Amino acid sequence: MCGIIGFMSRKKKMINGEKIALGLCSLKERGNGKGSGYVGYGIYPTKYKDCYAFHILIDNCPKFEKIKVAVENILEQYGTIVKDEEIPTEEGIIKKVHIPWRYFYEVDEKFADKEEDVIVDIVMDINDNIDGAYVISSGKDLGVFKAVGWPEEVAEFYRIDKYEGYLWLAHARYPTNTKAWWGGAHPFNLLNWSVVHNGEITSYGTNRRFVEMFGYKCRLLTDTEVVTYILDLLLRKHKLPLELACQTLAPKFWSEIDDLPEEERELYTALRLTYAGAMLNGPFAIAVATPAGLLFMNGEIEDDTVMFGLTDRIKLRPLVAAEKDDLLFVSSEESAIRRICPNLDRVWMPDAGEPVIARVWK
Amino acid sequence: MEVIEIDAKNMHYRELNEKIHQAIKENPDLKKIILRNVLGQRFIGNSLRKKDLTIEIYGTPGGDLGMFMSGPTIIVYGNCEFAPGNTMDDGKIIIHGNSGDVTAHSMRGGKVFVRGDVGYRSGIHMKAYKEKVPTLVIGGTAKDFLGEYMAGGKIVVLNIDKEGKDLGKIKGKMIGTGIHGGAIYIRGEINKKQLGVAADIKPFTEEDLKNIENDVKEFCQYFGLEDKFESLLYSKWTKIAPISKRPFGKLYTPDLF
Repeated sequence: MCGIIGFMSRKKKMINGEKIALGLCSLKERGNGKGSGYVGYGIYPTKYKDCYAFHILIDNCPKFEKIKVAVENILEQYGTIVKDEEIPTEEGIIKKVHIPWRYFYEVDEKFADKEEDVIVDIVMDINDNIDGAYVISSGKDLGVFKAVGWPEEVAEFYRIDKYEGYLWLAHARYPTNTKAWWGGAHPFNLLNWSVVHNGEITSYGTNRRFVEMFGYKCRLLTDTEVVTYILDLLLRKHKLPLELACQTLAPKFWSEIDDLPEEERELYTALRLTYAGAMLNGPFAIAVATPAGLLFMNGEIEDDTVMFGLTDRIKLRPLVAAEKDDLLFVSSEESAIRRICPNLDRVWMPDAGEPVIARVWK
Repeated sequence: MEVIEIDAKNMHYRELNEKIHQAIKENPDLKKIILRNVLGQRFIGNSLRKKDLTIEIYGTPGGDLGMFMSGPTIIVYGNCEFAPGNTMDDGKIIIHGNSGDVTAHSMRGGKVFVRGDVGYRSGIHMKAYKEKVPTLVIGGTAKDFLGEYMAGGKIVVLNIDKEGKDLGKIKGKMIGTGIHGGAIYIRGEINKKQLGVAADIKPFTEEDLKNIENDVKEFCQYFGLEDKFESLLYSKWTKIAPISKRPFGKLYTPDLF
C-alpha cells in the first residue's frame, strides 16, 4: 500500500504546506498511521537560504544532551553551525520519542571544491557512528518533517501550515517489511534529493551493496533509503542525464533493447551492464525531487529543481499525473490531487517505467 | 421516495456507503440515488443486489467501485480509480471518463463500459460460468497486461478518441498474459510481439461479430455515438484467445504429461 503525492510550481510560486497535508490526508486509507512525512523546497527563504539545513532526529532520552554534543562535534570538524534550534512542534499529538533538531550550517572554505561530498560524509558519519541521532534531511532551503503517526497528526505536530514552498512531496506509510519508526518514514533525503516511494525494493540487498562500494551507508532500516543514495551517485557524482538515470532504475527489457536502432541499442546495453547494481527490482512507484544546479541535461547544466515520478516497468504500483497552469502533480490516486485542486487541465496515467518530469519554466 | 440525493462532500467512505444501504432499506420503491461531490470514497455500490436501482455519481469515486455488486447500474460522470467492477456478479457500470488499473478485476458477470482509457491489467482474471459472461467494453486504449490470467468472459477495445475518431496503432504490450479462457477483441491490428505468454491471435469470424454486436451497440447508446455504430462494428478486428486451457500445465511437472 502506501500513498504518495507531490506537486511543484513550475513558476516557483510559494504554496502553503497545508495544501500537501490536505492531499496526503486524502490518501489516509493507503497508510496505517505508522509513518507520515513531508518535504518542502523553498521553506527557508530568508536568512539561512544558503546554509545547509540539517534536520536531525535525536532520541528523547536522558542522554539527549550527550548525543547532541556528539553530533555537533562532527559538524564542527568541517564547518560552522550558524544557528541551531529545536524544530517547533505541537505538544500532545504524538508521542515524542525523538526530538527533531535543526542546524543551519556552513562548510569551511577549505572544502569549497567538495562541499557536497563533505555533507554526504557528515550524514553517513552521524547515521553510522552516533547512537540515537539520525539525519533526516541535509539540503539547502528545504526540510523533511516526518514521524510515526497519521498524515494529519504529523502535519499538525510539525505545524506544516507555517511553511511555504514551491515543491512539496509527502507520504503515508503502511510498513510491511521493516519496523515503523520515525527515521523509517518517508521522504528520504540526502543533500537536495528527496524520495517518496510506494512499494517494495526487492533488490534492496543488491542495491545496498552497490552504493556501499561508493561509501554510502544504509542505516535507516527502510528500502527507500537506498534509492536516494543511488540518485546522488548517478546524478551528482556520475553526472548522468536525468532520463538515463531513470533508465538505470527501471531499464528497458532486453527484448525491447533488441528492437532499438543500433546507437540506442548500444547505449541502453551499456547502461544496463554498467549499472546492473542500480536497477530496482520489485513493485514501486516513486516521486523524487532533485537539487538545484546539479543536473546535467545533454551536456548543459540545468540550474533548477526538478520533480519526477516513476513506476516499475510492469506497473505494480499506481501513479497518476495532472496539470493545472504552472502546477504539476503526481500521486497514487487522482482524488488526492483533486482534493488540492478540483479543476485540472489534464490528468493522465504515465506509462510504466517512463518518468514524468516537471522542470521550472524559464 | 423514488429518488434520493446525497452530498458526499468531505464524507468518509464508510459513512457514505452506510447512507446508501440505509436509503435502500428505508425506501422499498427507490429507483435512483444521486451522489454529488464524490471524491475518493471507496467501495461505492458494494454488494448491492437491487436490480432496478441506478446510482449516478458526480465526481471521482475511489477504488473498488461496485465491488461484489449484483444487479444495479452505476453511472459515473468523471474518472474512476483502481478496480471498478471488482468481482462484480451482475449489473452495469458506465464510466464517462477514464478508469485506473485493474478495471473489471475478477469480474464474474454483468457489464462495465468505459468511455475513455483504462489502466494496467484491466480485465485481470475475469471468469465465466454458464450464462454468466462478464463483459468489459473500453472506448479508448488499454495499458499493458490487458486480460491477464483471463479465465472467461470478453473484453472489447474500440480504440477511439473523445470525438470517436480512430486512435491508430494499438500500443499495449503483454496482452492476455496467462489467458486460459474467454476472448479479447481489439479494433485494429496487433503484432504478435504485443501478446503475452499463452495468448494467440485467432481468426475473427461471423460468430465473433455477432458476439460483440450488442456490446458495441450498447456502448454507442450510452455515450451518444449511435451514428458511429456501424462503422465501428464493421471494422478490422483482432481476436485474442488462449493457446490452450492450461497454458502452464507443464511448467513444474513436464514429465507427468
